[in-house]
Amino acid sequence: MEVAVAAIRQIVGFFSNGSLIPAAAGIKAAVLSLFFIALAAQAEILPEDSADAMYHSYDGGGVTVDGPSYLIRKGDNKNFSVSANYYIDSISSASIDVVTQGSPYNEQRTQWSGSVDYLHADTTMTVNYSYSNETDYQADTYGFSISQSMFGDLTNVSLGYSRGDDDISSNVDPGFDETADHQNYHVSLSQVLTKKLLMSVNYDALTDEGYLKNPYRNVRVLNDPDDPSAGFNFNTPETYPNTRTSNAISASFMYYLPYRAALKSGYRYYTDDWDIDAHTADVGYVHPLWGKWILEFNYRYYTQTAADFYGDLFERPDQQNFMGRDKELSEFTDHTVGFALSYKVLENGWGYLDKASLNFKYNHIWFDYDNFTDVRGSPAVGQEPTYDFDADVIQIYGSVWY
Amino acid sequence: MNRLIQWLKYTLRAGGFAGLLMTAVVNADTNSGPAPDFALKSHSGDNLRLSEFRGEVVMINFWASWCGPCRQEMPLLDELYTQYQPLGFTILGVNVEEDPSKANQLLKESPVNFPILYDNKSEVSKLYKVVAMPSTVLVDRDGNVRYLHQGYKPGYEESYQQQVRALIRE
Amino acid sequence: MNVKRIGSIILPLVLLISGCSSIEPWVKPYERAHLADPIMSFSRDPVSDSYLSHIYQVREGARGAEGGHGGGCGCN
Repeated sequence: MEVAVAAIRQIVGFFSNGSLIPAAAGIKAAVLSLFFIALAAQAEILPEDSADAMYHSYDGGGVTVDGPSYLIRKGDNKNFSVSANYYIDSISSASIDVVTQGSPYNEQRTQWSGSVDYLHADTTMTVNYSYSNETDYQADTYGFSISQSMFGDLTNVSLGYSRGDDDISSNVDPGFDETADHQNYHVSLSQVLTKKLLMSVNYDALTDEGYLKNPYRNVRVLNDPDDPSAGFNFNTPETYPNTRTSNAISASFMYYLPYRAALKSGYRYYTDDWDIDAHTADVGYVHPLWGKWILEFNYRYYTQTAADFYGDLFERPDQQNFMGRDKELSEFTDHTVGFALSYKVLENGWGYLDKASLNFKYNHIWFDYDNFTDVRGSPAVGQEPTYDFDADVIQIYGSVWY
Repeated sequence: MNRLIQWLKYTLRAGGFAGLLMTAVVNADTNSGPAPDFALKSHSGDNLRLSEFRGEVVMINFWASWCGPCRQEMPLLDELYTQYQPLGFTILGVNVEEDPSKANQLLKESPVNFPILYDNKSEVSKLYKVVAMPSTVLVDRDGNVRYLHQGYKPGYEESYQQQVRALIRE
Repeated sequence: MNVKRIGSIILPLVLLISGCSSIEPWVKPYERAHLADPIMSFSRDPVSDSYLSHIYQVREGARGAEGGHGGGCGCN
């Protein structure tokens, strides 16, 4: 407990003394590096030793991304557990932006990450590092978190901080070299409510600063501000603010059903100073079958408002200080329906292995944009249909515990 | 609003320190005195009563099939039992689950030699104020609680062995 | 809400709460059979969940506050 207090005091110092860098926009690869932080540890026992090999695939909207992900975790069963992850995205992009503003491309992104957990009594401290590399984007992310169990292990509080440093270059402009920084403060609380009900509450504050836009994307501007029938062009580059501050808070629940199944639900509210407000809601049902199988069904709903500088079509190239046409910042909704199937192999162990499982997960996502239009085929201004597409996400993986 | 936040911060900091002091004081252990007597049905079918083992050193181990450290500990306890049982030592493995079927499954796959008792109404767990899983209580030949271990980490079996030997010698 | 404010409120709160050991846990350690069940884990496959988070973060404006954790056997 005293160790935890000392560590928490360090973090308080960190919070109060470190200057809060004003917010800036987030760029995909940097945020992707932060995803490893999500692999949080339990407080009172170390995570189990395991190894995973996964094949992942995303196919939708003209983009296919697939590749492997390998994870290995080993601990000394007393105080330490170490993990390492190697992940590749092989990208083939002919997305609507690429098709309307450039030409299809292929690319590969590689990511290495590692973490170390240290457990002392009811406190777990974790440090993690991640490096992501693609031809025009490198990101380093460092994170630290501390997790404490209390109230007879009914409550677990976790605090984390992570920082990302990105180096952005350009495949078309060799002289181009920019940076972006990201900071993420994270607090979560998990609480056993009853013998059958668990709750988890999470809060994240994120700040981004630096070059937050995409060097390849331009905005759509009328050729003649007074005459829409004169058509449009993509000659003007986007300009984004160089800071972004975001806050997100979520609550999730897991409920145990008497015939041995679980129901989960969650809601997240997100807001930032780019004026994007988003709501996410999800439900899931986990059903074990015939002893060795686990079936899971999920539905997720997401909706967001547009960034205040977002525009599908601008009248003039200098209309606003900041202008963007990234559909990720537009007003849109997406729905996901998915299922997962898991099969337990080697229930009684085999040599060095305790157990193993084979898994298949499929998700289908529908994206529906309200103010981002599909300008393929050069429709007349005012006649552009809003854009929508759907995507298949597949994961096939095997896990072993030893 | 600012004043409110300042006040809140001050109160919470003061409360936080008070809380720390409370932790130190309130966490007094109750690991001494006579071991409360109980009778539970055992794996072999007959009822076993703690007081029947007066004169022997008794280790009461509270465990469950869903508890990882408990499963880790079982084979080590079995070794301890085999080694010291002839010298007047026994282990009572009290299973705390409402539904013993998973526990029985586990015992079929990895059997142990010491008696297993079923506390499916959690009466004995409450009696012994079990606050951690697993919990191990060492009772001396006179029926008094002498040592209490909460949880299991690799290495604990060393202290179990030392304490059992000490109690046997008394 | 200012992040520094959140930090300096939540941490003393945590200390205060952790000192309140006079509150008896209402789910005893031996009553956690359901909570310890692997299907009651918020994240049964961390690698898979991280990948799905990544898919959404790349395509959506929102990020953060994802995932849940906790429960489990409460052992040790």
